[in-house]
Amino acid sequence: MRAPAPRHAPNDGVIDAATAALGDMLLHAQDLVSEISLTVDRDRLVIAMETLRDTPGLKYEMLAEIAGVDYPERPERFDVVYHLLSMTRNHRIRVRVTTDEDAPVPSVTGIWYNAGWLEREVYDMYGVLFTGNADLRRILTDYGFRGHPLRKDFPLTGYVEMRYSEEAKRVVYEPVKLAQDFRTFDFMSPWEGAEYVLPGDEKAAAPKPAVGTAPGAPTPVTADQVKRADDNVKAAEPQVDKPKTTESTAQSGAGKPHPGNQPESKPVDPDVPSPDAGKPSVEDK
Amino acid sequence: MADYDHQLDAANPTPGDVEIQNYTINFGPQHPAAHGVLRLVTELDGEIIERIDPHVGLLHRGTEKLIEYKTYQQALPYMDRLDYCSPLCMEHSYVLAVEKLLDIEVPLRAQYLRVFFAELTRICNHMLNLGSHVMDVGAMTPNLWMFEIREDCLGFFERMSGARMHHNYLRPGGVHQDVPLKLLTDIAEWLDTRLPRLFGDAISLVAENRIFKQRNVDIAIVSREDAVRWGFSGPMIRGAGIPWDIRKAQPYDAYDRVEFDVPVGTRGDCYDRFMVRVEEVWQSARIMKQCLAQMPEGPIASSDRKVVPPKRAEMKQSMEALIHHFKLYTEGFHVPAGEVYVATESPKGEFGIYMVSDGSNKPYRVKIRPTAFSHLQAMDFMAKGHMLADITAILGAMDIVFGECDR
Repeated sequence: MRAPAPRHAPNDGVIDAATAALGDMLLHAQDLVSEISLTVDRDRLVIAMETLRDTPGLKYEMLAEIAGVDYPERPERFDVVYHLLSMTRNHRIRVRVTTDEDAPVPSVTGIWYNAGWLEREVYDMYGVLFTGNADLRRILTDYGFRGHPLRKDFPLTGYVEMRYSEEAKRVVYEPVKLAQDFRTFDFMSPWEGAEYVLPGDEKAAAPKPAVGTAPGAPTPVTADQVKRADDNVKAAEPQVDKPKTTESTAQSGAGKPHPGNQPESKPVDPDVPSPDAGKPSVEDK
Repeated sequence: MADYDHQLDAANPTPGDVEIQNYTINFGPQHPAAHGVLRLVTELDGEIIERIDPHVGLLHRGTEKLIEYKTYQQALPYMDRLDYCSPLCMEHSYVLAVEKLLDIEVPLRAQYLRVFFAELTRICNHMLNLGSHVMDVGAMTPNLWMFEIREDCLGFFERMSGARMHHNYLRPGGVHQDVPLKLLTDIAEWLDTRLPRLFGDAISLVAENRIFKQRNVDIAIVSREDAVRWGFSGPMIRGAGIPWDIRKAQPYDAYDRVEFDVPVGTRGDCYDRFMVRVEEVWQSARIMKQCLAQMPEGPIASSDRKVVPPKRAEMKQSMEALIHHFKLYTEGFHVPAGEVYVATESPKGEFGIYMVSDGSNKPYRVKIRPTAFSHLQAMDFMAKGHMLADITAILGAMDIVFGECDR
């Protein structure tokens, strides 16, 4: 690792020790970006966690963090990710279970007290249920909030906005109104509609649409072909003998009042008093 | 005794008996000693605390959701707004996480600059916390003196980055700009003269003060086992007697090149947490002096032009630099797919960033591990059986800022 990130004890042998201790509770283990991730069986999470905490050689005695992650395209869309810290061995590990909206995850509040609020937060943000957490209320969102805001299908703007109503003398919720559309720029496909034909793959490519049918699509005609096509076209004849030119301001009418846009040429609005109605006339003095 | 119980039968009150019920009161959301918008639903038996239910989230701004819609560079200023008392340490975890995914090298001068200003941030943060802690338990003068130190720090930060509080100074690959030499010499002089005098004077007023000790000693004692089970970190776990400091145990940046001591408490009460922070200020000053002595000359950011934008002067000459600049400030850089959890020792404890990247220019998920979450959660456990007036001492010794707790 070249980056100056925190350096804990090396990962050597940790996966082997965890595999031996967890047995078939361990579904998957990997060591990526010098961090170890274990995926364990959801139903036996509590036993797995107790094993990781109590086995000599592992001793992950502190729960640092519980994070939810949403992958909407997966059948079990949520990851619940636990980060454990061993202060005695100076090592960190990541334990992951997957779940969906309905399947509850066993709570680890019996092992670590601080799991209570962390599970409440995952429930609040993703709607993941935890069995055994006696206090599974919302935590960060407003009283009476609906929905789970960190799900990928929850819009960034939310659904309601809040203001103080002078009529009702209290705070009211209304459907969100945006003064400007939310702007999101897709940098993944800068050339929309482009079809790249790889060298040697020309025959496999789908038949191209006729030129001009797909607006914005690049023309398949090369510059050379365009030039040859131009040869057959006769230059357009001018429509009139003498082209219209403007040599001086006398011809353009610049500086003269614009016809039709002068005060006297506008229709009279009976509701608007004329500008000189209120003025005392010279004779009154 | 049995006769007495019979006389006080609650179901059949005799005339003259007074029925006593527990009070439930709101501490906050607007309370000067709550250090922000915290609502503590407190159940009291007389003046004794029976139960505390902290309601947090009143400052929730959806930072984690917003970051998912920003490029990696655009997300950085959100970090400053988490713990607005120690903004640089919030940035520190974030840039280290991005760098770990990118696996880029950071020049040594940038590492020293980060450590140097992170420690100045620690001093700045502790000035606010220690000052407000002593003010919450009744002393006024030390707070004013410590705010003078804090004002000096904010002035230094302004000269470093142009901003007093939201610096946006650390960048993936280094820091934003080099600091003038005069700033470093001024801070060195300040560390030698002004800080020891002002801070020493302020602490001498409270450290041995009888009233201050009566309000803090033996209040909210936390054992080592409890500190681990509640997931404490920072001065809270060191106050409980566990010498755990991420700067020491899992050094990042230039922390393995400087010497410092990790202070620990002996009893695990509010007074220990206070004194641990006091000693950390002296240790921070020690680290800063070593940084000044060791800091080499050289570049302040990585030369990887796919991550770090080129200098303005370079852009006037080089077409390639202009393209890099344009790409970095429109599209941003792409971070390889993967996930990291990077935790650093912020002034309040372990501040972690769990970052999931899907290989695009925006993070797929950034989970912020706030220090305050596990500390405030233990409020019920720590305050049970104490008096109502002890809440302020316990909260003050926890050092909670709601920008970070609520995100």
